[in-house]
Amino acid sequence: MAALGERPGRRRSFPVWRWIILLIAAAYFLIPLYGALKFTGFSAFGTVVGTSGFGSSLWLSVRLAIVTTLITLALMVPTTIYVHLRLPRVRRLLESITILPIVVPPVVLIIGLLQIAPPALKESPYLLSLEYVVLAMPFAYRSVDAGLRSVDVKTLTEASNSLGAGWPLTLWRVILPNLSTAVLSATVLTVALVLGEYTMASLDLVTSFPVWIVTNDQTSAQASVASSLLALFVTWLFLMAITMIGTRQARRTGRGEVNLFSVTATTTQTIGESS
Amino acid sequence: MTTNSARTGTARAGVVAAASPAAVAAAGDTGGTSVSLRDLTRAFGGTRALDGMSLDIAPGELVALLGPSGCGKTTALRIVAGFETADAGEVLIDGRDVSGVPAARRDMGMVFQSYSLFPNMNALDNVGFGLRLRKMAAARRRQRAAELLDMVGLAGQARQYPHQLSGGQQQRVALARALAIEPRVLLLDEPLSALDAKVRLQLREQIRSLQQRLGTTTLFVTHDQEEALSMADRVGVMRAGRLEQVAAPDELYSRPATAFVAEFVGTMNRLPGDLAGGTVTVLSAGVPVRDSGQAGGEGVLASVPDGPVDVLVRPEGLTVEVAEGGNGIVSARTFLGAITRIGVLLSGDTEVAVDVPSTAAAAMVPGTAVRVALAAVPVLVAPRKG
Repeated sequence: MAALGERPGRRRSFPVWRWIILLIAAAYFLIPLYGALKFTGFSAFGTVVGTSGFGSSLWLSVRLAIVTTLITLALMVPTTIYVHLRLPRVRRLLESITILPIVVPPVVLIIGLLQIAPPALKESPYLLSLEYVVLAMPFAYRSVDAGLRSVDVKTLTEASNSLGAGWPLTLWRVILPNLSTAVLSATVLTVALVLGEYTMASLDLVTSFPVWIVTNDQTSAQASVASSLLALFVTWLFLMAITMIGTRQARRTGRGEVNLFSVTATTTQTIGESS
Repeated sequence: MTTNSARTGTARAGVVAAASPAAVAAAGDTGGTSVSLRDLTRAFGGTRALDGMSLDIAPGELVALLGPSGCGKTTALRIVAGFETADAGEVLIDGRDVSGVPAARRDMGMVFQSYSLFPNMNALDNVGFGLRLRKMAAARRRQRAAELLDMVGLAGQARQYPHQLSGGQQQRVALARALAIEPRVLLLDEPLSALDAKVRLQLREQIRSLQQRLGTTTLFVTHDQEEALSMADRVGVMRAGRLEQVAAPDELYSRPATAFVAEFVGTMNRLPGDLAGGTVTVLSAGVPVRDSGQAGGEGVLASVPDGPVDVLVRPEGLTVEVAEGGNGIVSARTFLGAITRIGVLLSGDTEVAVDVPSTAAAAMVPGTAVRVALAAVPVLVAPRKG
């Protein structure tokens, strides 16, 4: 009876600690946001939207995010699948290569790229997308790699082949639909990276949204903080939309949910394993 | 190398008929394809997975490849499926070499050991996948897939996704999916090994029943001798990349060609004996030695010289009775239903298993002195084990 009596007590105490930790974490993140909101006031948001360069810089960042995501997925998904199925021995090498962008400073990357980029590309803001593809590579690779590890790709491929499907059909109808969660996770991480990247855009003299915020900061601090908050909410809404789409599909097929936190956890774990 | 000529499968009794006649008719009669493996050789690094394996499978026959892990049975199946390429040898389907034909064009249905249903499709779409590739109209495809699901007893699970199905249900859907394309050959790669005992028993009866009704030529790989013996028309016992013997289950059990087959299939006792001129002296009695009828294999009469040998006897080939001053002591007793298996420790530290009717086993508690004797039938001998 004593043991039985203890169990409900444990059940009650555990959520309390969870709530305390949650509240501390929430306070850590929300108090600065509240402070920022109080500093700017709601009227500043209207001013920001009307400020010159707001719309164009935000739209440029969105376009860069879309192009970067498309190139990243087009490169990383087939490569990772091919390595998984046909060249498992080079998986370690690929993991090591994809870590490079984390250890090589962005400044070095951009200077090197500017040296070798064709003139036509140097004048285009989309040069940034190519740079962002390199930056997103570690996250995209690990998301897709984690997705492939969670599915028995070899057996599914062979089952599809035995039923008469060649490689392109197997990839399109069988493998990719089962990697949708991983692909969406890679998308979420890539989009988040692009919408928040400042250093490369600044060095490349491209006025992306983060660059515009810093530039605007020098003319009006309130407008700058308001635009930062706005960028945060826009990014958050964008990521939530992607997450919800992924989760709906994942629930239907019984696969893992697309979740920023779980993706981060998987990524960290994989990096730890490979090192 | 052992090459047996193909033999048409015979009907077997006692099989559960799970499918309705209409559903079976929907699956179509796909019999009529013969399969021949000719001198298949395949090495992985320095290891020879297949070493000149040859096998003929008659149209409509179910042949099981049985053997321990690493004997090459799965490699042989994968070469037939087109997922592996043989270093040498050929695979003939109805007499035509398909070695250069990719897996997608071989028209073979396969059920895998691991669950292989496409997670993004429900059961109906999984079964209809192969039909869709064959450009069957959507309505007809759905109808046919539903009929096949009905055939494996899963009509009510058509809209469920793989993660909502049990392991046994998933394998039944996989079977329906493989049969949906009316394959020329059905390949089963240990499809029951991940299932629990009860489901395994049900499913193997269902697979056998469907295979017989549809007449699909089937190659079945397993390491479970009970599965192989209960399902197959013929069983090929493999060892180190070669077929030791291909025979009907009863022949394999009662007339093993080699010591390896004798000991791998069923329970076999090894008793020390002395061979001289075709008669072996064992348990103080002279017993004629049986010629397995096949030359060249390890343990057959032709290759065992006179002198000390091991006599191979099944538990039912020995008799045991309570006897003071007998030649052994009961060491264990295992109740198996109608029979009880008595473990006896003979003088010389030889342990043997003897099957007796359970009604006669009551007095044979561990520690009882007993006398073990050999039934007067020809026995198989093998070189003495060190």
